Amino acid sequence: MSSIKLKAAAKDGSVEVKALMTHPMETGQRKDKKTGELVPAHFIKEIIVTAGDKTILTANWGGSVSKNPYLAFSYAGKAGDKVKLAWTDNKGEKDSAEADVS
Amino acid sequence: MKRRTFLQGTLAAGAAGMAVSAGLLTPRMVMAEGGGAFDSKSMEDALKTMAVTPEESADIKIKAPEIAENGAVVPVTVTSGVAGTTEISILVDGNPTPLAAMFILGEGAQPEVSTRIKMGKTANVVAIAKAGDKSYTAKQEVKVTIGGCGG
Repeated sequence: MSSIKLKAAAKDGSVEVKALMTHPMETGQRKDKKTGELVPAHFIKEIIVTAGDKTILTANWGGSVSKNPYLAFSYAGKAGDKVKLAWTDNKGEKDSAEADVS
Repeated sequence: MKRRTFLQGTLAAGAAGMAVSAGLLTPRMVMAEGGGAFDSKSMEDALKTMAVTPEESADIKIKAPEIAENGAVVPVTVTSGVAGTTEISILVDGNPTPLAAMFILGEGAQPEVSTRIKMGKTANVVAIAKAGDKSYTAKQEVKVTIGGCGG
């Protein structure tokens, strides 16, 4: 199962994109309660959302974004578009998801 | 569950505070896009690194709760009414690294973004919108009952 839930719905000439990602979003400032050591930073640092071949949103994030991050925005589009969201985290891990605009 | 969340939040916030005061925070990799602004430890530094001197504007709207029970998950929506907005950033002036997120609007994207952020303590959520070579800002205080630095 993908770590990303992506929804895109058209309404009045614009498309609302909503995404929920599964990610720990560790800031690198939290200590492990058992060992007392800092938990290494692990967070999504870049998200690129495309519709067809157009980039509609680029997000640069730091560790202050909440765990299992949420992102929502709208763009001028229509039903039938294909929206793709791809993230990269600070460890170089990647994931992506695609959704048809309904 | 409530109690558990509460304990986690308290411990995490304490730990983060200690880490800051002990100078244990290690700088992480500088982001090419952010120019290292995500590492900035104060609002002043963050703005300097982002190379913006925003003016206050009523056209920037922030939707955030006045009181956040859990600082680990604070929903924030920023809307820019400034024509030609290309970038929206969200900062928290009380966090160890104020810059939380920066959104670059692409083709057809509307100047409104929503996300959820962490807040270590009661502080201002600051939004900055960039349009052309100018930038505009607005802020809203969010009272945090339980710190969420550690997530």
